[in-house]
Amino acid sequence: MSNTARTLTVASAFAAALVASSATNVSAQSKEKCYGVAMAGQNDCAAGPGTTCAGTSSVDYQGNSWKLVDAGTCMEMNLPAMADGTERKGSLEPLKRDLPS
Amino acid sequence: MTPAERIFAAALLDGSRPVPAGLRDGAGGPAGRRFGVYRNNVAASLTEAMHLAFPVIARLLGKQNMDGLAGLFLRAHPPSSPLMMHYGAAFPDFLSAMEQLSHLAYLPDVARLELALRRSYHAADADPVAPADLAEANPDRLADSRIVFAPAMEIVRSRWPIHDIWRFNTETGAPRPRGVAQDVLITRPQFDPEPQPLPDGGADWIGAMQGGLTVGDALDSAQRRTPGFDPAPTLALLLGGGAVVSLESTG
Repeated sequence: MSNTARTLTVASAFAAALVASSATNVSAQSKEKCYGVAMAGQNDCAAGPGTTCAGTSSVDYQGNSWKLVDAGTCMEMNLPAMADGTERKGSLEPLKRDLPS
Repeated sequence: MTPAERIFAAALLDGSRPVPAGLRDGAGGPAGRRFGVYRNNVAASLTEAMHLAFPVIARLLGKQNMDGLAGLFLRAHPPSSPLMMHYGAAFPDFLSAMEQLSHLAYLPDVARLELALRRSYHAADADPVAPADLAEANPDRLADSRIVFAPAMEIVRSRWPIHDIWRFNTETGAPRPRGVAQDVLITRPQFDPEPQPLPDGGADWIGAMQGGLTVGDALDSAQRRTPGFDPAPTLALLLGGGAVVSLESTG
């Protein structure tokens, strides 16, 4: 490929890729860590053996376990109320409620 | 290892060997069956580690077959490091060598993909290049620059549809694997590694850049093998996945 054609191909690839990647960044692709919403043993983690995070939450909606959810949906999730009737909400920070005893 | 340690380690992984001489229990009696319990725990925990390390292989083979295979593997390749998250590096080649599995020729590459996902998960953080910096770069100089990639980026090449197979076995409702060859790009845009299939020539292009070629020279090299290769879609995957850390201009 001639040098001019090559320079053009690379420059237009960068221009196109910049547009494409900025479009995917704002779409629903982005995730957030949501605490206090995962069922027991269903919290996310792709760390593999020898680690202690994946699937280790032992109570439902455990406050210090997180799950990846679509960005912006964590705080709006409908969860069953707690035994004493207090409302449960997801949180972007670890919670003190529903901790294993 | 001392000779005594070597005997202990060999007996630990081989149930047909005698309990190492001189082992005592808490009361000063011979260790006897206590050693057997320990021996069993080692094998059971490494078998569990293999299930966690290769969930897709375990799913493809079924629990019983994976248990049996892990039992053979852990004895042939006991951990060489206490960092268990990287255990199983020899598993793809071990699978290739298993004659009984030769009809599932895609298994080793699927195992390579699972290993690469874990390496990516545990790789160091790196801030991706700011889109504004790219937009401001002189377009005439881009072809002569070198891309610095994020440590979490991985490429797995295969002549099997490994991305489709991985998806089909990890995602509910994913489409059935197609009969195509798939090279996979792994990036880590947020917290977890994300595998994506690469267009034809994409892995050649990225591989050439990893080998130190400039963007333009790597493109020439990729186009020799894949005429008409367009770098834009591959570059969009790299940028979207946060795999480009910086551009270094040359000359």
